[in-house]
Amino acid sequence: MNDITQILISSTTKIMKDICTKELVNEAEQGRWAADLWDILADSGMITVAIPEELGGNGGSYTDALSILRLAGKYSAPIPLAETFLGNWLLADLGEQVSDEPLTVAFPKGDEQFRFQKHGDEWIISGKARFVPWARYAKWMIVLGQSDVEPVLALVRPANGKIEYGQNLAGEARDTITFDDVLVTDCRVIPIEFERVINQLWYGGALIRSVMMAGALERILELTLTYSSERSQFGRPIHRFQAIQHQLALLAGEAAAAGAAADYAIEAYQAGRLSKEIAMAKIRINEAAGTAAAMAHQVHGAIGFTYEHTLHQSTRRLWSWRDEFGTETEWGEQLADQMMTFAQNELWSFLTSK
Amino acid sequence: MKSLQLPVVQLSEQTEALRREIRDFIHEEQEKGMFEPKCDSWLSGYSPEFSRKLGERGWIGMTWPSRYGGQERSAIERYVVTEELLAAGAPVAAHWIADRQTGPLLLRYGTEQQREFFLPKIAKGECYFAIGLSEPNAGSDLAAVSSRAVKVEKGWILNGSKIWTSGAHFAHYMITLCRTSPMNQQNRHEGMTQLLVDLSAPGVTVRPIHLMTGEHHFNEVIFEDVFIPDEMLVGEEGNGWKQGMTELAYERSGPERFLSTFPLLEELVNILQLTGEKRLMGQVSRLVSRLWTLRHMSIGIAQMLEEGTAPDVAAALVKDMGTQFEQQVAEVARLLVSASPSAAPSSRFEKLMTEAILHAPGFTLRGGTTEILRGIVAKGVVGK
Repeated sequence: MNDITQILISSTTKIMKDICTKELVNEAEQGRWAADLWDILADSGMITVAIPEELGGNGGSYTDALSILRLAGKYSAPIPLAETFLGNWLLADLGEQVSDEPLTVAFPKGDEQFRFQKHGDEWIISGKARFVPWARYAKWMIVLGQSDVEPVLALVRPANGKIEYGQNLAGEARDTITFDDVLVTDCRVIPIEFERVINQLWYGGALIRSVMMAGALERILELTLTYSSERSQFGRPIHRFQAIQHQLALLAGEAAAAGAAADYAIEAYQAGRLSKEIAMAKIRINEAAGTAAAMAHQVHGAIGFTYEHTLHQSTRRLWSWRDEFGTETEWGEQLADQMMTFAQNELWSFLTSK
Repeated sequence: MKSLQLPVVQLSEQTEALRREIRDFIHEEQEKGMFEPKCDSWLSGYSPEFSRKLGERGWIGMTWPSRYGGQERSAIERYVVTEELLAAGAPVAAHWIADRQTGPLLLRYGTEQQREFFLPKIAKGECYFAIGLSEPNAGSDLAAVSSRAVKVEKGWILNGSKIWTSGAHFAHYMITLCRTSPMNQQNRHEGMTQLLVDLSAPGVTVRPIHLMTGEHHFNEVIFEDVFIPDEMLVGEEGNGWKQGMTELAYERSGPERFLSTFPLLEELVNILQLTGEKRLMGQVSRLVSRLWTLRHMSIGIAQMLEEGTAPDVAAALVKDMGTQFEQQVAEVARLLVSASPSAAPSSRFEKLMTEAILHAPGFTLRGGTTEILRGIVAKGVVGK
């Protein structure tokens, strides 16, 4: 890890500890936009890391940006940082200018495709996107669809459509946006190679959620270690009991495995490989999320099961994020596609090659 | 919590070239009928001939100084060679202990004379060692060791016994942890010493203890007034506990802690490819993801050992997760492909399944039980 990454990590940690408090996260769940948190990250230049300066970015690597994102995951930051990274990286890849305004991405599910009809200088847009992260707060939203002539990616303003509020298990905004033949002037429509962009979003989405989960797992391990040292029963801190120690050891194992899997997925993404590494990381980290959340709650006892305690902010996110951008089964099928096709006795080569 | 952060290791082109070299060698040997892939081959695949061949190619004692027969290669290069051998289920049991832990122990604590005498022989794949830690009354509680050596002129007289000693029936020597001062109940780690015992010396009896499969790997080794010359003392008298613990760091977290059933996993994938069961392959992909993660954690630890840090907690953690994984492979495989594992298997899958199931209980016992490892990890992360 280089010096710049270290500086980014320490300044982001400070911002998160100072601003992204338990109260702020709870208020966000009640419907308050965490403007202060977004603004300070934007002012510190954190939002556009990994985008070249000539496209309006702040330079640096994906690894740098994902180190910031891991901390956002760790502290349950209630802002579309991941979606803004993902959307901006896609735009930059298409040679488009980016900004540090909140952005979200509507990943098309099933037959959810938007239609764009050219109408003079304007566009008539129709389509519906469900479960769009943070859409109500986003200045812009990336949607994929078809124009009259070709597949396109469009940058639209969610406010131009109809917004129905929704939430995931963690109370994070997941809204439904409907455009019903809306005439829009304020949008950018960019022709794309559809399969390639879908692939970038799917793998990129799995990566960002994996990294955030690795952060959240680190957090629940810390909370659990602290609790087990502070809580006494039968006259001693509960971490002195072997039954609790075994839970702590397993929890530490899941957190460490998730951290390692995320590191190698990041390395693959940085090298431009949208392939097996990200799939394997999402599978492994999804598994860790479920196992570790259960153990953290078990050690915390009743208090961890309440809204008063902080634990739920991370565990509810883990339960949500593991299903966003692919479950173990969905990624397992993608990996199985590859595993059905290599030659006999080649499993080891598959595992050890890039 | 820093103790759980493992470095991301990029394997160099040179290391990958070495991988191709060892892989080709293994492939040729297998084609020649030198060996059949076997689960748990680092414990049960005994072939002095294969060990000698590895020695000839410089793949034993790879990291040691050349003046002792080593190749001065990196820990990561050694890692790659060992993982290739294990993944192929190659017979590496004969030299395994000597290469993995006796060599490094002697390099760290041995006398010049010991290094010059033993290391070149080990590196040639001709001199094998056994581990002398557990005793009938000292298992997980290793500090209860009671084998005792009394100082006499020019040496020591050793009495006592060691148990669960893999390969003592073929090993030439044993690094034996024993007491050289009476046990102090206040500090049981005091007064222990490591002695290099020639297993062919008068007074040494090696008694087989057959595994539940009927195979012979374990032994009880009994010492009755065995004379150990002064020059066979390893390190310092009284420092045996600390030296023994250093040895354990090499024992945990290596690829042998998650690859013992890899040959079965590979055969499972082979079968699902042939039968076209993509949905079932989806279930295997979860094991593969687990393995991919474990391997990278284990390489990270190898890198830390190379840099001179002792990641004890992370090593215990990887061994715990890795050995659980080894057992899980057999459990998943039996549900995905119907077979009749038996002593007279009718296919390679059944043979590997039999080996995996019947060897599985040992995975989570040897080198520190699951219970001991989790205690180490918990105390490490709590920081108390």
